[in-house]
Amino acid sequence: MATTDDHDHLFPTQTSGLANGGAEPPRHWPIGLLAELTHRCPLGCPYCSNPLTLDRRESELDSPTWTRVFEEAAALGVLQVHLSGGEPGVRRDLVEITAAARSSGLYTNLITSGVGVTASTLERLVAAGLDHVQISIQDSEPDSADKIANYAGAFARKKALAGRLIALKIPLTINCVVHRANIDRITAMVELAVSLGASRVEIAHVQYYGWALRNRDSLMPTADQVPRAIKAVEGLRKRYHGKIVIDAVLPDYYARFPKPCVGGWGRRSLNVTPAGKVLPCHAAEVIPSLEFWRVQDHSLADIWSNSPAFKAFRGLSWMKEPCRNCERRDVDYGGCRCQAFMLTGDAAAADPVCHLSPHHADVVALAARQHDVPYSYRLNPRKADSNAPVG
Amino acid sequence: MNEPPVAIPLDAQPRLPHGVRLVHNEAHGGWVLLAPERVFKADPIAAEIVKRCTGQATVSAIVNDLALTYSAPRDRILADVSALLRQLAERRLLEL
Repeated sequence: MATTDDHDHLFPTQTSGLANGGAEPPRHWPIGLLAELTHRCPLGCPYCSNPLTLDRRESELDSPTWTRVFEEAAALGVLQVHLSGGEPGVRRDLVEITAAARSSGLYTNLITSGVGVTASTLERLVAAGLDHVQISIQDSEPDSADKIANYAGAFARKKALAGRLIALKIPLTINCVVHRANIDRITAMVELAVSLGASRVEIAHVQYYGWALRNRDSLMPTADQVPRAIKAVEGLRKRYHGKIVIDAVLPDYYARFPKPCVGGWGRRSLNVTPAGKVLPCHAAEVIPSLEFWRVQDHSLADIWSNSPAFKAFRGLSWMKEPCRNCERRDVDYGGCRCQAFMLTGDAAAADPVCHLSPHHADVVALAARQHDVPYSYRLNPRKADSNAPVG
Repeated sequence: MNEPPVAIPLDAQPRLPHGVRLVHNEAHGGWVLLAPERVFKADPIAAEIVKRCTGQATVSAIVNDLALTYSAPRDRILADVSALLRQLAERRLLEL
C-alpha cells in the first residue's frame, strides 16, 4: 500500500509527557523506522508515494538482512518499526520478518492495503507479536474505492481483514487517503472506521510526491472542499471524543505554514527502501544531489551519523532566508526538503507551502489547477520501467 | 476540551490494551509508552501508575498502593491517577 506521508502522524507532539510534563527524548536518536519491504502491490492507487522507478523483487533485501537492520535499529534507539511497502503482504517471509522485528524489542506496526494478508498469515503474524495494523481505505463507497485502488473487490477484502483483526483484539488504524474524489465523504469514512472497530483514524490528505505528483491535477481538492473538510473533522472529533482518535492535518498546498516534515531531517526517523538504501524520508530520492548509503555496506548507526544524505539538512545551518532567521525554524524545520526541490529547484529553499516563501504564489496557482483526467495508475515494478516519469 | 471527560470509577480494573506497551529505553532517557504509531514519554510518576494497570488491580487499590509506597496523601494520588487514566482512556491507550 502507499499512504501519503505517514511520518507526520507517527510521532505527534504529545511526546511532551503524560501526567507531569516529562522532557522530550534526546533529539539525535531516531524513534521510528519505516521498513519498505517491497514495492510490489496489487493495488494501483494513483497517489502512491512510492517512487516512479520501483525496486524489483530480485533486489529486495532478504529476511536475515532485515533481521540485522532491526537489531541495529533497536540498538540505535528506534522504538517502532513500520512494516510497509508496496504491500508487505506479498512477501512470503513477512511472518519471519515481523517476528525478527518483535524479537529485537521493536513495536511492530503493519501498514497494509488489506489485500494480500490472508487469515492464516494474520494469525501467524499475531503469534509473532504484531502490535498494530494500519489499513488504508480509498473511500466509504465500495465502487468508488475499488476504482481509486484500480482493484475490483479491494474494499470488501479490507473490511474482512479489519473484522479479523478486531476478533483477534489487534488495534486497528484506518488510514483514509483523501483527495478531490472523496474529500466530501470524510464523515462517512470516519463512520466506517468506527463501525469497523478502529481505535484510530488518519485523515491523510494526499501529498504530492511520486505517483501523486504525476496525478496532481486529478487529485487536488477544490478551494470549496478544503474548509468543508476541516469543519467535518472538527465535528467528528467532538462526536467521537474518547471513542476514536482522529489525526488530521491541513492539505499541504492549502496551508500557510509548511509541515514539520519527518519531524525534522535526520532527527526522528529513517526509511529503508526494499533494496536497502537508507533515506531520511521516503521521498528523498527525488533530490539528485543526495548520496545515500545502503544497509549492505554500512551499519545503521554509521548511516544515521555519517551518511551524506542524513547530514545534508540536519540541524539549522543549511537554511537560507526566510528560514534562517524565522521564529518557526525549530517548529517546522523549513518544511519538506523534497517539496522545496520539486517546486523551486533548490532543496535548501523554504518549502514553498510557506506563505513567506518567494515561490508561494506558485503553490497557490497549483492548488487552483484541477482537471478531471483519468488517473495514471501506479504500476508494478516490472512494468514501471517502460513508464517514463513526468516532470 | 469541551467534551465530557471519560469517567474513572474506583472499582474499574484498568489495563493496557493490546498494542500499548510501557518500555524502558536508555536512548530515550527512561520510560516510554509505545502505542499505535505514537510514542509517549512517561515521567517516573506516570510510569509507576501505568505499571500498576494490570487488569487485576482496581483504581482504588492502585491509589492505596501508591499512597503507601510514596507516603503521600491519598487524595492527591487519586487526583493524579484519575487525571492520567482519563487522559490515556480518551486517547484509547487504556481499557477500563
